[in-house]
Amino acid sequence: MAQTDMIFSGFGGQGIQSAGRLIAYAGMLEDKHVSFLPSYGPEMRGGTSNCHVIVSDEPVGSPILNSATVVMAMNRPSMDKFESYLEPGGILLIDSSLINREPVRKDIKVFAIPATQIASDMGNLAFANIVMLGKLIKETGVVSTENFERALKKVLPERKHYLIPDEMKALKTGMDY
Amino acid sequence: MGEKILMKGNEVIAEAALRAGCRHYFGYPITPQTEIAHYFAKKMPQYGGTFIQAESEVAAMNMVYGAASAGARVMTSSSSPGISLKQEAISYSACAELPAVIVNIVRAGPGLGGILASQCDYFQATKGGGHGDYRMVVLAPSSVQELYELVVEAFNIADRYRTLCMIMGDGMLGQMMEAVEFRDSEDICEADKSWAVTGTGMKRDHNIITSIYIDPEVLEKHNQKLQEKYRKIAENETRVEVYNCDDADIIVAAYGTVARIIKNVIKTAEKEGIRVGLIRPVTLWPFPTAAFEKYAQVPQAFLSVEMSAGQMVEDVRLAVNGKRPVHFLGRTGGMIPTQKEILEKIREILK
Repeated sequence: MAQTDMIFSGFGGQGIQSAGRLIAYAGMLEDKHVSFLPSYGPEMRGGTSNCHVIVSDEPVGSPILNSATVVMAMNRPSMDKFESYLEPGGILLIDSSLINREPVRKDIKVFAIPATQIASDMGNLAFANIVMLGKLIKETGVVSTENFERALKKVLPERKHYLIPDEMKALKTGMDY
Repeated sequence: MGEKILMKGNEVIAEAALRAGCRHYFGYPITPQTEIAHYFAKKMPQYGGTFIQAESEVAAMNMVYGAASAGARVMTSSSSPGISLKQEAISYSACAELPAVIVNIVRAGPGLGGILASQCDYFQATKGGGHGDYRMVVLAPSSVQELYELVVEAFNIADRYRTLCMIMGDGMLGQMMEAVEFRDSEDICEADKSWAVTGTGMKRDHNIITSIYIDPEVLEKHNQKLQEKYRKIAENETRVEVYNCDDADIIVAAYGTVARIIKNVIKTAEKEGIRVGLIRPVTLWPFPTAAFEKYAQVPQAFLSVEMSAGQMVEDVRLAVNGKRPVHFLGRTGGMIPTQKEILEKIREILK
């Protein structure tokens, strides 16, 4: 059974919840079973915004993750908190524009992407999460780019659909990094 | 069935209620269920219904009493401390035989407690949080899809029996997003509401909705009528999921989100050669006693896993009736039992 357990984490405002929702939506469009669980507890305040996303071939059991196969960390507190959640061989994606330390673990795959810098160069800081997702999709194959684009149309309000071509460009940049 | 969409549990509750013909919602915000009120505030006017953010939970439940008396499909929602505040009007509504749906997205208690997921309100919901000999149907969904289906069902049960129906979830279920598929139209029970207080038009006698019966003989008779209704509900409306129980080494009792964790446990245990069964009460009241009776002699033992200090386990023990030992594993305070600790407990019991 194929199941991808993902934790997305960063500051509030970095589009962490959107990133998780997009992957969950795209997974659903692939006819997979998905769950998306946002953090709503006290950890929201001040520290990190995070969400747990599961994409699976079978019905999802617990939506809460005690360990993960993929962690996407967009700030230092997120990496400090969730690096230990990774299963051996798991994938850690970090925004190296904002995280200045090396991972402690040696038994995981690490991908450092200067996503905030790339997004800034593209002229829209809000694309940093999408750049990260590009790398995530490339390395995990959890969803296809086609379904990701369809998910964007579902998740974004219509007035923001004009951004989709640029979002897809940001995704591609992340994939190719 | 329509298209699959990804939606948050709390929003699905409100959407399901609208689809079930609920046109009146009264509530007061409290985490982790405030999205229900948000959704109604936005959508109710489009349906020509009434959304009121009441001045308190007490007021909201009394507004429910009023709307239900007039024959409306009505709902309120809250989370644990707010549900405590509603108890007086819940008891009154039960006595007056008013159909209404109450949603409790349970948070950890007692007291103001915390906002994380818990099942610590089982006693309050199933044994009568308010005073007097009354019951209400308590439905415990374990997925967002089931949340939709049971909310619609709750309105139908409420109308069919003139009873209160509670949907009991937890913060995890309310906050999580999952795929949900809505039907094109709902099968809504068209109950006879000739008892409602809608004005006589000078054409009939007054209908009276009341919860006061000063004459003891009359009140006892009313109680007997209520009990007869509860007996019928227990006979017809008990719902349960029985999973993997034939030849099980151990049967776990769990409901709501905890039952999802058990399904993971079942798969992992299988690899160790342990067969774990699951009995998941979908109605917490009426409790699916018959399912436990049926499997009472199958496993070596039962284990009730709850996000409480041990509440449903009492009903499991009553149902198993001494035929097998009934163990308990619970977490409180918003802590969620992990697969690992449940497995350890199972290994320890079967040793």
